[in-house]
Amino acid sequence: MIFFIDVAVIFALIAGIWQFREPRQAKFGNLTAAGALTCAFLLVLYRHEIMDMGIVIASLLVGGLTGFAVARSVSMIQIPAMVAFQHGAGGAAAFVVSLVELTRATNTLDEVSEISGVIGLTIGAVTFSASMVASAKLSNRIRQTPHILKAHNYLLSIALGGLFMVGVSSFYSSTSDMALILYLVQILLSVFWGILFSIRIGGADMPVLISLLNAAAGLAASFCGVVTGSQLLIAFGATVAASGSILTHVMCKAMNRNLFRVFFPEQKRPMDIPEKDERSSTLLSAPASEDAEASAVVQGLKKAATAILNAETVIIIPGYGMALANAQMNVAELAQWMVAMGKDVKYAIHPVAGRMPGHMNVLLAEAGVDYDMLIEMETINFDFRYTDLVLIVGACDVVNPAAIDVENTPISGMPILMAHQAKQVVCCNFDDKPGYSGVENSLYKNCNTIMLPGDAKKTINQLLASLSDQQHKAPNVKVSALYLMDG
Amino acid sequence: MANLLLMTGVFIASFIVGTLLISKVPSLLHTPLMSMTNAISAVTILGALILFSVETSVVEKVLGALAIITASFNVVGGFAITDRMLRLFKEKRTNEQSPY
Repeated sequence: MIFFIDVAVIFALIAGIWQFREPRQAKFGNLTAAGALTCAFLLVLYRHEIMDMGIVIASLLVGGLTGFAVARSVSMIQIPAMVAFQHGAGGAAAFVVSLVELTRATNTLDEVSEISGVIGLTIGAVTFSASMVASAKLSNRIRQTPHILKAHNYLLSIALGGLFMVGVSSFYSSTSDMALILYLVQILLSVFWGILFSIRIGGADMPVLISLLNAAAGLAASFCGVVTGSQLLIAFGATVAASGSILTHVMCKAMNRNLFRVFFPEQKRPMDIPEKDERSSTLLSAPASEDAEASAVVQGLKKAATAILNAETVIIIPGYGMALANAQMNVAELAQWMVAMGKDVKYAIHPVAGRMPGHMNVLLAEAGVDYDMLIEMETINFDFRYTDLVLIVGACDVVNPAAIDVENTPISGMPILMAHQAKQVVCCNFDDKPGYSGVENSLYKNCNTIMLPGDAKKTINQLLASLSDQQHKAPNVKVSALYLMDG
Repeated sequence: MANLLLMTGVFIASFIVGTLLISKVPSLLHTPLMSMTNAISAVTILGALILFSVETSVVEKVLGALAIITASFNVVGGFAITDRMLRLFKEKRTNEQSPY
């Protein structure tokens, strides 16, 4: 009977995930999953007599209310940092539960539970520390560029060997005091390993790291379930592990990276090239100090405005640079303006645009863009050759034709958005330096590319002003009326 | 031994079903998906609850409370943020789109 109730709850969870195939139903899917988890919680309450109800309720309130308050206040650009932080909290819970179960004198564990306990302890602690580092990196509390120690790979391998040794010896330890000390050493070593592991991963590889941590948190929960003898925990954890693994795979494929190489890069990667994304702080002063350059900018803006006015089909390619310049709203405004002019406007979303899988979609949704305008890479890549104008905002590597044309670069073979096939390209990037990969972008030098260097927010605003200026010279009543209605 | 087999079975079955379902999720929803599964991974809260099902020492009480706090932070925050995110996804607005 117990087994069937458990299965029913697991099915409820699966039904929740099932509804994630469609944006409209996903909201109910989320609620269904939350309901399934609540049922599981109530089942455990019903089956076990809880001794310290006061402590349990107080802790629930503290954790729950904090979680809710934080979830209400974060902005969408902070989502990756927030999710990473929550992964860390989940990992911490997993290793604490494993530790208590392992060291508790009142119950004797069988061998399987003991081994799972040690594994749960290790994975939980690694997830905890690695997630905290990832979260700090994503929220810019520590530098996003990779921190590489001397002999980083050796340190990691030695620490890994140490984890294995301590784990095994805790299993064979004779006294419970000895075992406790070994468990604590294991936790410290795991925390150290997690830090070492994630500190080396740079900003653009974060989607892979965060997906892997997702899988690790699920795995830790599963092992925790073996120790506590709860099938619900095992099943829920396994589902999360599956999800994290799939997302990790998807991200690696989209970046053309081998999972192993993301986490254990060859030591001589060209890291001295400054990362494009990191320059957000210096965005304010665009290189427009001299008159000649200023007039070049004005010329570029005029050309771009004309190109936009003449285009019938437009594809916008947003990159993380757009989010850094906080230009989502402005881009959405420009897009809406173009739609009001009767143009066909779509957004092309590269899978790794942003800092976690699918991040760009959420950022644009926040800016009020309808989700049916957001087109995945595989679908939209056929459309570029029939497109009059491509508008790139803060994206570099994902539109670099070198991925196709040039061999032996870090991005060779990486799937890209075929922006170079469009009739004209307007590029609102900060500058024309290479992106994260360090590979020169040949698209910038094409004769049909108009470069508008500078802060994307400013550029888009200038572009909008310039457009309405040109429109006033040739007024189109119907269009203006439509636009006014929208604004 | 039978117990081990059952647990392994539950793990493998859930992993396979999860894989099949999640590979159907469009990349549009990957962020909410991860945020939701993140909340689900805080299912360790069940384990933390079970810790309190027997007589506990002071240290165990403190650790158990810590586990419940972190896990409930994760679970409530995860579902709340996913809900917020999914509410942002809007379909076509009222204004006319050009025929495609």
